[in-house]
Amino acid sequence: MTLTAPDHTQAVPALAAPSLAELGLRESATFDRATIADIQRAAETGIYDIRGWGAKRKVPHFDDLLFLGASMSRYPLEGYREKCGTDVVLGGRYASKPLRLETPVTIAGMSFGALSANAKEALGRGASAVGTSTTTGDGGMTPEERGQSKHLVYQYLPSRYGMNPDDLRKADAIEVVLGQGAKPGGGGMLLGQKITERVAGMRTLPIGIDQRSACRHPDWTGPDDLEIKIAELREITDWEKPIYVKIGASRPYYDTALAVKSGADVVVLDGMQGGTAATQQVFIENVGIPTLAAIPQAVQALQELGMHRKVQLIVSGGIRTGADVAKAMALGADAVAIGTAALIALGDNNPRYAAEYAKLGSAAGFYDDFQDGRDPAGISTQDPELSARLDPVAGGRRIANYLRVLTMEAQTIARACGKAHLHNLEPEDLVALTIESAAMARVPLAGTSWVPGATGTGF
Amino acid sequence: MTTTLETSLTAQGAEAPVETFDLKVDDVRALNKAIHQSANGRSFAVEHPGGKHSLAVGVNASLDVEINGHAGYYAAGMNQGGRITIHGNAGVGVAENMMSGIVHVTGDASQSAGATAHGGLLVIDGNASARCGISMKGVDIVVGGNIGHMSAFMAQAGRLVVCGDAGEALGDSIYEARIYVKGKVASLGADCVAKEMREEHLAELAGLLHAAGRDGDPADFTRYGSARTLYNFHVDNSSAY
Repeated sequence: MTLTAPDHTQAVPALAAPSLAELGLRESATFDRATIADIQRAAETGIYDIRGWGAKRKVPHFDDLLFLGASMSRYPLEGYREKCGTDVVLGGRYASKPLRLETPVTIAGMSFGALSANAKEALGRGASAVGTSTTTGDGGMTPEERGQSKHLVYQYLPSRYGMNPDDLRKADAIEVVLGQGAKPGGGGMLLGQKITERVAGMRTLPIGIDQRSACRHPDWTGPDDLEIKIAELREITDWEKPIYVKIGASRPYYDTALAVKSGADVVVLDGMQGGTAATQQVFIENVGIPTLAAIPQAVQALQELGMHRKVQLIVSGGIRTGADVAKAMALGADAVAIGTAALIALGDNNPRYAAEYAKLGSAAGFYDDFQDGRDPAGISTQDPELSARLDPVAGGRRIANYLRVLTMEAQTIARACGKAHLHNLEPEDLVALTIESAAMARVPLAGTSWVPGATGTGF
Repeated sequence: MTTTLETSLTAQGAEAPVETFDLKVDDVRALNKAIHQSANGRSFAVEHPGGKHSLAVGVNASLDVEINGHAGYYAAGMNQGGRITIHGNAGVGVAENMMSGIVHVTGDASQSAGATAHGGLLVIDGNASARCGISMKGVDIVVGGNIGHMSAFMAQAGRLVVCGDAGEALGDSIYEARIYVKGKVASLGADCVAKEMREEHLAELAGLLHAAGRDGDPADFTRYGSARTLYNFHVDNSSAY
C-alpha cells in the first residue's frame, strides 16, 4: 500500500493514543485512520490500491491453537536423545521419482521477475542446504535457480510464461497452479517497472509494459480436462515427476477431492494469509478463507477418499514458526510451504532499512509495495543496484538457518507430545483458545470437550 | 509394438524403417516412451488412434510421426523438432506449447489449437474452434478454414493466418502477435485493430502460405494487431478491461 497521508514518522508520536484519549478524541472503529487514508487515496488517484503481501486483517490462525503436551497418559520423548523424524516423501502415488525431503518445510512458488535473481538463488541455496525444495513462479525457471536447487518444483501456470519441455524435464516436480490464497480466482500482475529486458525476454513480452497473466488456463477447464492435462504432463515426462495441484483456499473440500480425482500426487493448499507480489488490496483482504479454516476441510476430503497420506497435503499461508509447522501437521498436513516468512528471513522489512522505507512512504514492518520494484532489501526488485545488496550466499545461509529453526521448533513440540515423527502429530494433540478457531480447526475449546459444529460434543 | 518392414523417406533423405504402434493393442505410454528414446531421423506411424489423448507429446528430436485417424486432447503437445501429421481431426490443445517443428492437421481442430506455443508451424487444413492461438508466444499458425471466438486472446508473438472467417473478439488483449484474416471478422477484441498491409507483411504472409502448402494472394488478407493502448494501465481505459 502506498501511503499518501502526511509524514507518519513525525505525526505518530504527536498522535499517540494516550494524548488522543486525554483530549477526548475518539477514533471510529469503522472509519479508522487506515480506512480514511484508503478512501482519500482512491478519490485522489481513481485507481484501486495494488500491493504485495497477503491478508493483513486479523483472522483465526495457528496462534489460537495450543498443544496439550504429554501427561500421565502420554509419554514425552527425551529432548536431545530420542529421535523425532522430519523426513517426508512427496508424490509416491504415480511418480516413479518422488521427492524425498529431509524437512517438511518447503519454499513456496515465487517468480523470477517478482523477485530478483539473487533472491531466487538465495532461496535455492538455503533450501538445498537443509534438503528441502524450492519452487519457480510465473515467468519460468532461471539457470541460477535450477543450479542452486537440489529439489526444484516447476510451476505450470495459466500464462505459461517461459514454459518449455526442457525445463519441464529438468524439474523435480511439476505444480499445476489453479489458484493462490491471496487471490483465489485472480490472475497475475507484474507492473512495467519490473519488466526489465531479461524478465521481458523470459516472458516473450515488450520491455516496460504492465504484464497481466491470465486467471484461467488456456487449454483446459474443470476437473475432467485437468485429468487429461495431468496425464499429458506425465506422458511428456515419462511418468517420472510428481505432479502437484495448487489451490487457493476457497472451497478446499471440493477442490481437494477434485484434485485427487484428476490424478494429483500432491495437493498444495494456500490460505488467504499467503503472499502475493502484486494484487488489488480489495482482493487480498476479501476473497478466500483463512489457512486454519481450510486445512480440516482438505484433510476431510482426503480421508473420505481413503487418500490421506497417499496424496500428500502441503499447506501454506501464514507459517512463521515451528509451532505453526507442528499445528498444520497435527491438523493433517504432510508438509508446509513458506513464502513471506522466507522473504523476511532474507531481510525483507528489516529495520536497518528504516530510513529508505520512510522515503518510499512506508516503514519497516509495514512495507508491502512489492509491485513497485524499489525494495531497499534487494528482494522484490529488478533494479541492479538494489538487487546487489542481497548476497545470495549470505542470504542462502539465513534461509538455511531459519528452515533449521522451524524444523527444530516443530520437533521440540512433537517430542513434548510424545511423537517420534512430525507426521505422528494429530488433532487430538490440540485445543483451541477461541470458539471460532475451535469450529474452524475442529478441535475442542480448551478446557472443554466442545467442538462447535460437531455433533455430540455438548452444548 | 508392431514394427513393420515398410520404409519411409525421412527429411534427411535416408530410408529408415517405420515403427508402427497400433493403439488397439499398444498403449499410449509405450508410444510416447519410444518416441522420447528415438534419435533424429526416425519415423513412427500410429494406427487406430481412436481419439486417444496425449499422442506424440514431448517429441524432442527431428523425427516423423503419422497419426492415421482422429486424435484427442493435446496431440503433439510441447513438440520440439518433430514433424507430426494427424490424418483426421484433432481435439483440444493440439500442438499446445510447441517449441519447434511442424504439426499438420488434415481435418478440423478443437479449442485452443496451438495454445501458448513458442515456435514451429501449426497447419490446420480445416477449421479451428475457439481460442485458436490463445497466448501464443512465437508459433506460426495457418488455418485453411474458419476460427472460433476469442482466438489469439492475449497473443504475445508469432503469426496467425486465417484463410476463412474469424469469430467474435478476435485478438482480445493482444500483445505483439500478428493476425492475417482473408474472410470476415465477426468482431475484434479489446485493443485489437486492423492495420495496413505493408510490403514486409505481404512477403511474410506469402512465405507462411507457401510453408503451409496453400495458394492464395496475400493482398486479399487484412492484418490485425495490437493498438498498444492497454500496455500500461491508465484509469481512463478502465472500461476496456
